[in-house]
Amino acid sequence: MASATAMAGSSTRPKPVYQLANVSKTYADGEVRALEGVSLTVREGEFHSVIGSSGCGKSTLLKIMAGLTPPTKGRVVLSGTPVKGARPDIGMMFQQATLFPWRTTLQNILLPIKIREGKRAAFAARERAVALLELVGLKGFEDAYPAQLSGGMAQRAAICRMLVTEPQMLLLDEPFSALDEITRDFMNMELQRICLERSASAFLVTHSIAEAVILSDVVHVMSARPGRIVRSIEIDLPRPRTLDMATLPAFGAHVSEIRNLLDKGAFL
Amino acid sequence: MSELSPAEPVLEERTAFEEMEDTVWTEHVSLGSLVPRWIAMTILLVFFLGVWQLVTSIGIVSPLILPGPVATFEDVLFVGQNLISGGYTLPAFWVTAQEVIWGFVWAVVIGVTLGVIVGETSIGERAVMPYIVAIDTMPKLAFAPLFVAWLGFGIASKVALAAFIAVFPIVVSTAAGLHAADENARMLFRSIGASRWQTLIELKIPTGLPHFFTGLKIAAIGVVSGAIAGEFLGGGRGFGELIRVAAAQLDTSRVFSLIIYLSLLGLLMFGLVSWMQYKFVFWHRSSHGRAKARS
Repeated sequence: MASATAMAGSSTRPKPVYQLANVSKTYADGEVRALEGVSLTVREGEFHSVIGSSGCGKSTLLKIMAGLTPPTKGRVVLSGTPVKGARPDIGMMFQQATLFPWRTTLQNILLPIKIREGKRAAFAARERAVALLELVGLKGFEDAYPAQLSGGMAQRAAICRMLVTEPQMLLLDEPFSALDEITRDFMNMELQRICLERSASAFLVTHSIAEAVILSDVVHVMSARPGRIVRSIEIDLPRPRTLDMATLPAFGAHVSEIRNLLDKGAFL
Repeated sequence: MSELSPAEPVLEERTAFEEMEDTVWTEHVSLGSLVPRWIAMTILLVFFLGVWQLVTSIGIVSPLILPGPVATFEDVLFVGQNLISGGYTLPAFWVTAQEVIWGFVWAVVIGVTLGVIVGETSIGERAVMPYIVAIDTMPKLAFAPLFVAWLGFGIASKVALAAFIAVFPIVVSTAAGLHAADENARMLFRSIGASRWQTLIELKIPTGLPHFFTGLKIAAIGVVSGAIAGEFLGGGRGFGELIRVAAAQLDTSRVFSLIIYLSLLGLLMFGLVSWMQYKFVFWHRSSHGRAKARS
């Protein structure tokens, strides 16, 4: 087994990429406790998911990790440096593809480079962007406008835009939840393939238990008010994962464990 | 395998079912939608002209109050000829056209400036916007005498009134446009480290363009009304003055034909803005022949 769990305890365990210790976030002068005492460690190449009912602070956690909002307490460290703002070594993806209709697919993908490094750098990175499009199966759509792309294709273009700066850490906010289930399954497998290929670490916010289990090395189950991690479950299914692993007893056991935790959390 | 063919219906049922005719029926289509648009428009026009002719020819309404369609049409031709041959209406048309163009230009310059202040700065939104709304609710034509007192009876006071009327939709649409980018798009820009200037140029302005052009269209029409109202209330040598004189002489058909040429001016402004919108907001064109690809 090549999973993170199998490597646990051994000396060859990959080095930590993203570390959070005791992270809390309160709004409105301590009245609303959105997050409380969240600690987790994402190691190199690991895929983590966070799951919980709406309003449990998942999105706040992701924003803190992306450097978009500061925590009230705790340490947030990526590759040894504290996260105090947007970082080029973080790639983000949202529920909506958020492609801009006045830019071609290629221009959309090169946007992060254009913003950070300017037009010339963006032009120089064209080949890399085209290679990324090929990686996600969008070859030939370089000059297509987003209006010409289907929902799944648009999300694939958004994946390219996230990867074009070659980030170490991918932050995914329900990236495929607006897609139909068939496309979504396919995109999840694509995501796994891309992560394995580039040994990127990923942190996924999701509402789907099955999606969290099939993709992740670790699933963090969160409860609401205050948002805290109730349990972090290591998923010891072998890599690469396939969709038919959903029929394995181990898969079912993980799913029901998470469901039980979520059901309990809902009535707290 | 059994000898039975699958789902063989019971004999009695089958006969009843088999004897039925094909279930073909016609969907109800309203008669109106079968008529092509241009025919419908022509029919309405002919009907309208017929009623107009009838009302004037049998003498229900005096031709001094409402001239017949034929008399009006003749006058439209007359004014048209006069305009083309450089008669006395041409300089008047040019005066009004200048008022409209300059009024529009000033409305855009001031409107965009205020709109960016209101839409992009929190001070502007909190301190400036309430005043803009307050002034917008005032009856703007009532300011005409003030503009005349400040700027005289020349073209400047008309330009000011036209710009004053047209500026508000531009301010509001510019500010609304700058706010139109959704939360995800803003987050994305922040996450890729975009500066405020970059966010304005690369995200907020392109996102706001459709809103902006909506405001421009309203302004393009308002500016003509403003110029004419300015001429009514402040004199001058424009089309408004011609209309006023014709009305005073009870030359109603002349009033009608002058209004028709004025509306051409409004149409021209509207068309210009629409064309610019088509050029600049190319991604908003209705997706003619642009089949959505499937994944």
